[in-house]
Amino acid sequence: MNLPAYNKSALVVWKKNLKSFWLIYSQNIMGLLGLGILTFFALMAIFGPYLVSITTLTIDGVTQVMHPPTSNYWLGTDDLGKDVFAGVIIGSRVSLLVGLAATAISMTIGTSIGIISGFYGKFTDTLLMRFTDVFLVIPWLPLMLVMAALLGPSLGNIIFVIGITSWAGTARIIRSQTLSIKERPYVERARAIGSGDGHIMIYHILPNVFPLIFANTVLVAAIAILSETTLSFLGMGDPTQVTWGMMLHFAFSMGAVSFGAWWWLLPPGICVVLVVLSFTFIGYALDEVLNPKLRRRDQ
Amino acid sequence: MRLLEVNNLTTYYKLKEGYVRACENISLNLDKGEALGLVGESASGKTTAALSLVKLLPENAHVMDGSIRLGGREISGATEEELRTIRWKEISIIFQGAMNALNPVRRVGDQIVEALRIHEKMSEKEACRRTAELFDKVEIDQERVREYPHEFSGGMRQRVMIAMAIACNPKVVIGDEPTTALDVMVQAQVLQLLEELRREWQMGMILITHDLSVVGETCDRVAVMYAGKIVEAGPTEKVFEQPAHPYTRALISAFPNIEGERYLASSIPGNPPNLLNPPSGCRFHERCQEVIAPCKTDDPASTELSSGHLASCHLLKRKVKL
Amino acid sequence: MGPVNYPGNNNELIKISGLEVHFAARTGFISSLISKNSSLVRAVDGVDFNLRRGEILCLAGESGSGKTTTGKAILRLVEPTGGEVIFDGENVLQFNRSRLRKFRQDAQIIFQDPYESLNPRQTVFSTVAEPLEVNHLCSSMEEKEERVAEALKDAGLSNPGEIFIRYPHELSGGQRQRLAIASALVLKPDFIVADEPVSMLDLSIRAGILKLMVDLRDKKGICYLFITHDLSLAWLVSDRIAIMYLGKIVELGTADAVIKSPLHPYTRALVSVIPVPKKISLAGRTLLKGETPDPVNIPPGCRFHPRCPEAAERCRDEEPLYREVSPNHFGACHFI
Repeated sequence: MNLPAYNKSALVVWKKNLKSFWLIYSQNIMGLLGLGILTFFALMAIFGPYLVSITTLTIDGVTQVMHPPTSNYWLGTDDLGKDVFAGVIIGSRVSLLVGLAATAISMTIGTSIGIISGFYGKFTDTLLMRFTDVFLVIPWLPLMLVMAALLGPSLGNIIFVIGITSWAGTARIIRSQTLSIKERPYVERARAIGSGDGHIMIYHILPNVFPLIFANTVLVAAIAILSETTLSFLGMGDPTQVTWGMMLHFAFSMGAVSFGAWWWLLPPGICVVLVVLSFTFIGYALDEVLNPKLRRRDQ
Repeated sequence: MRLLEVNNLTTYYKLKEGYVRACENISLNLDKGEALGLVGESASGKTTAALSLVKLLPENAHVMDGSIRLGGREISGATEEELRTIRWKEISIIFQGAMNALNPVRRVGDQIVEALRIHEKMSEKEACRRTAELFDKVEIDQERVREYPHEFSGGMRQRVMIAMAIACNPKVVIGDEPTTALDVMVQAQVLQLLEELRREWQMGMILITHDLSVVGETCDRVAVMYAGKIVEAGPTEKVFEQPAHPYTRALISAFPNIEGERYLASSIPGNPPNLLNPPSGCRFHERCQEVIAPCKTDDPASTELSSGHLASCHLLKRKVKL
Repeated sequence: MGPVNYPGNNNELIKISGLEVHFAARTGFISSLISKNSSLVRAVDGVDFNLRRGEILCLAGESGSGKTTTGKAILRLVEPTGGEVIFDGENVLQFNRSRLRKFRQDAQIIFQDPYESLNPRQTVFSTVAEPLEVNHLCSSMEEKEERVAEALKDAGLSNPGEIFIRYPHELSGGQRQRLAIASALVLKPDFIVADEPVSMLDLSIRAGILKLMVDLRDKKGICYLFITHDLSLAWLVSDRIAIMYLGKIVELGTADAVIKSPLHPYTRALVSVIPVPKKISLAGRTLLKGETPDPVNIPPGCRFHPRCPEAAERCRDEEPLYREVSPNHFGACHFI
């Protein structure tokens, strides 16, 4: 008998899954739009900084201060004569990085707590869920501000603070799904073949809550990016980094509003809105694709 | 008296990939007080065929063709509004999942009373009296009208569903696997109840089931469906004792019979065809043990073997010719 | 394959005595305040039987009779609250965690619903390979592939290599149940609990699955506890049949004896409603009134007496003894 090597077939399985996923996803206009915007910003974050000259961001190259857009400075300059266009492009990198890293932390905590809580139930569940409730009811912005202030303004701390304050909702959602999955016969079957708790959680529960994690990740990412902008805007950001939030912060504190320097305020603001919107679009599209109950019937 | 006459009923489901030919050229008729069994395995189109009669179908279903005459009146072209008066009052349905069809947070009695008031324009008092009567008919304590669905056992809930279905004195009752989820003993109780009601009220009944024995116990005539088509139809004894179609034969021999010999019959090889792309010729030919050349290309016409006993198989024609 | 005959060997594999599964009934908050003693669900209430190597014993009964719970309790998928399960000389109920995991290589289960008992996100290969991986039974990838292919082939799935990367939803119902069987077989068990393995399948493919199970018994000497509500199926495949009612066995004997000459009134009623594929009238049947009562409120005396057509005064307060009425034919009724 000629057997395919399983390692090879695992790849085939992945391709197959991806293809069938794309087949449904590509029908969703909202999802495609979101994906398009996000791809644009991702490309900007990856390649952008190589395209703009870094000198335009240093104060040395100043010729004009607070100047409206010209052919040299496409989006004008700020109060120190730095190029806003270059700032927006370089800021995208940090903004996205902070968003994604914080999301990763948030999802890891949320998923682990959700699955463990739902799977073991009883005392573990009560304990973990009360802990989650604490994070749910504390207003996240003040908490974030306090933590950021205590830890000091560095990029790593910002990521940590956002990650640690945004997992509670995820944990709740994952827990409720785990509660229903652990009653399925295939989990009982897994026990019958001698699997331990860890194995069941990783190989049977996790893959089946994965669609939920996936869709939730995108929404948390949107919140994380918004949080980063908020923190930076409120002056808790890392002043050595150029991010959209920091740009807004400086624009606001240096009086861009009263000066009427719309070119300084609008571009980073619009970027934040677009990225958050794209994540939200993708999130809703994923929800529709991965949750068959929401999938519309073909006419 | 002929109650229902269905000719060439064809219903397709539209999918992205094309049409699922769920039931094709279904012809049935039903007399007053008669019970017809519509038997088939899962996905044979039996439920689609029956629900097409009152157009209780998913959005993507299209009734392509066919005439449905109810008491001499053509209803295949009826509008949604006309259908609403036909459903329940003239043709009512007993669904399989009794739990899903009842509102869990309302008293069982109130649900029937409300339905009666809307459909029959009865007064509150009248509807209550009628509901109590109906409970009596389906052998449930009248006091239980004040209970909630979850206080009823599976068999009792199915009785409530029957009470609802017969509330407006329908001419035809369609039972969609009414006893499938029930225990044998409860199943026997429910079937007996249906049988009594049918005799007493002279209703026509169409029983959709995958279980041949249910048909044997309650139906006068039976139609066997395979892959969207009726392959054999006739009086129940005739079909059970002299099955003409190879599929019917295989189905009957697959049924364990404690009065017969103790052996495991062989199963039908293969799986039912995909109705998106059904096989040419006879739809059963790929799994048929007695397949001959024309089966692969020509759709067999139905042959009348004896009065009212029809089957669609090329082998039969050959026998008739010889 | 002809009818299966009672092997008559005395090579006992499992001995179950006094098996009990009781659990506290969930009561509402208010009622738990009012009454101190919480009510007990006696799902399995003292069950005794044994299973021989290579035997198929059918546990039959209506829903709520405790037949599935009994099967799962033997495997400790549900924790028994009393009694003994002696498997090959050892008491399963005293196994610790690691011994229990090892026991699960010898004793497997096939579930009723092949649509629900297979992880939808696992391919055919990983479904069958998982038992091997969990128990660290294979040292190399090649060995694993070989054993998976062998199990799939044993379960009657031809061309195992081709379906390795399929998902359960791409298989038909019959194929899925074969896959479930393969994933039990891959551990080479001595004992399999088959919990209504064909009740979700179409009639035309049931026979194939049943045949496969009987063939595996003939070839590999696997012993089955076959749980079903369908007495005609029980009669077809099993050597012996045990009838359960409300957590207890009311009758046990060879398949022919139980079906053709039932002792207990409950068995007689069940046999009388066995469906037959022909035009019959419902008149000649013993229809029992009502349904199986809730295992929270088990009637005193003979637990069947409220529904028994032959109940007498004595049945109301005296519980009948479960005894050997004739050789190898047990029953629990005052009037047999």
